[in-house]
Amino acid sequence: MPTDLAALSLNPVSDFRQLTEYAFMVQALEAGTIVAVLGAAFGWFMVLRGQTFAGHTLSVVAFPGAAGAALAGLPLALGYFGSCGLAALVLALATANRRDAEAGNSATIGVVQAFGLGLGFLFVNLYGGQLANLESLLFGTFLGITAGQVQTLLWVALVSLAILVAIGRPLLFASVDPEVARAGGVPVRALAVVFLVLLGLAVAATAQITGALLVFTLLVMPAATAQQLTARPGPGLAISVACGLVVVWVGLTIAYFSPYPLGFWATSVAFGLYLAARLLVAARRPRARAQLAAAVS
Amino acid sequence: MLAHEFMRNAFLAGTAISLACGLVGYFVVLRAQIFAGDALSHVAFTGALAAAAAGLDVRLGLFVATIAVAIGIGLLGQRARPDDVVIGSVFVWVLGLGTLFLAIFTAGSSGADGTAAVRVLFGSILGLSAGEARLAAAIGVVAALALLLLARPLLFASVDPEVARGLGVPVRALGVAFLALLGVVAAEASQAVGALLLLGLLAAPGGAARLLTANPWRGLALSAAIAVGSTWAGLALSYEVDSLPASSAVIGCATTAFVIAAAAAWLRGHGLGRPRPEATIAA
Repeated sequence: MPTDLAALSLNPVSDFRQLTEYAFMVQALEAGTIVAVLGAAFGWFMVLRGQTFAGHTLSVVAFPGAAGAALAGLPLALGYFGSCGLAALVLALATANRRDAEAGNSATIGVVQAFGLGLGFLFVNLYGGQLANLESLLFGTFLGITAGQVQTLLWVALVSLAILVAIGRPLLFASVDPEVARAGGVPVRALAVVFLVLLGLAVAATAQITGALLVFTLLVMPAATAQQLTARPGPGLAISVACGLVVVWVGLTIAYFSPYPLGFWATSVAFGLYLAARLLVAARRPRARAQLAAAVS
Repeated sequence: MLAHEFMRNAFLAGTAISLACGLVGYFVVLRAQIFAGDALSHVAFTGALAAAAAGLDVRLGLFVATIAVAIGIGLLGQRARPDDVVIGSVFVWVLGLGTLFLAIFTAGSSGADGTAAVRVLFGSILGLSAGEARLAAAIGVVAALALLLLARPLLFASVDPEVARGLGVPVRALGVAFLALLGVVAAEASQAVGALLLLGLLAAPGGAARLLTANPWRGLALSAAIAVGSTWAGLALSYEVDSLPASSAVIGCATTAFVIAAAAAWLRGHGLGRPRPEATIAA
């Protein structure tokens, strides 16, 4: 980490110049921005649909995917997108027949996760024990993001967000009330499969910045913050994306100027936003109740 | 293979640890508390690295963190049922804290950069000294005995809490005691297969045993046998195959056992037309 080069001067102009002095940091900010929008948008739908556990599994699968790609000499991005996309497809087909999570299901998910992580550890060992590499695969890094990677992320984000916009309205309908939506002729099942595969791509993109274990920083926490504040889809999505951007920008900036890792700062900013939203709602509730009581009487 | 001291240590510690994991894991699956196990694995990582950063024994951090959080979950669990989103947010932050302690630790001791994280995340059973192995074995055996002592009322309380409460079984206290025991076992297992993989050693044997038999006593024994067998097979495999890490091998064997059990249950459900075992014992 370039701590010996960067010193926070509290002068916004010179600080910004320091932040963008190196190409790797500019690329990290670009990639982080793309991923923040992507993760927050898909995360909002994921939380709405109650598929947090599926998202967790997909993010764990990103680790063996990336480690396997590194081992095989393939580009890391291919490993991320390939493994998460494939896992999403499998998950979509395997869970399509079941309505809800059965009791035995959570044991299966636990086994799948542990096996994926064990496989990833094996690949890292076969690769020759690059320990620093292992840490960045698990907990993320802002060093070493290439211009090519940023471009791939941008294309993936544009395509998957375009599809999300196209299916957004029926997807929202199908998520909130699947029975009525099905009766209304909405292809609920096909939508679920498409969404899960897109979610896999979003997780794969997010994992490249946050690391496989901290994907929820951008996937769940901004969405959870937004859903504390509003249930309406438009403002909710906007707040979610805004939170994601704040998390990435503030997290990257502090991480750049401090000796401590991005994973810690990003999760702390995201968790702080979430707590603030909860406190705000808790503080507003008695007042709203009092207003309601006054209106009724 | 057993001529090497590190392999003898690994077998000694691994047997006791996996015995405890298998016994506790069966109840974890039966009581549908996989998520608590998942939570404890995050806490184990952060606790161990916090102790390392503070210059204390890693095991102290492991045990204090997992037992404290397990009891906390047990006490809160009844009243507040937090949803996936809350749990996900809290535990990702806990992991983030773990990376902070990791950075503090690696900055403090330049000689050990990186390996501390790997040891905590993925275990280091082949690196145990004779004293450490004996201590781990002793704790594992005590945990297994404690669970067997609790097993009868705990089984009753898990399968039918209402009736058990009516007959004067202290259901709530049992739940908290069980989670505290789970904390001990999670801290133990972190030393063998690591914080990230201990969920596999809890869930796979228990899940496989539940698929194979509906009888709880047979299931308990089967779960312990699968856990110990997976550990032995994994250790032997990683000894024979040079590049295969021990923890990956152990989890690989446990996963294989789970897959075989699932296939057997599926065949029995479809081929022979017998009722599926889960149907008889609803948790």
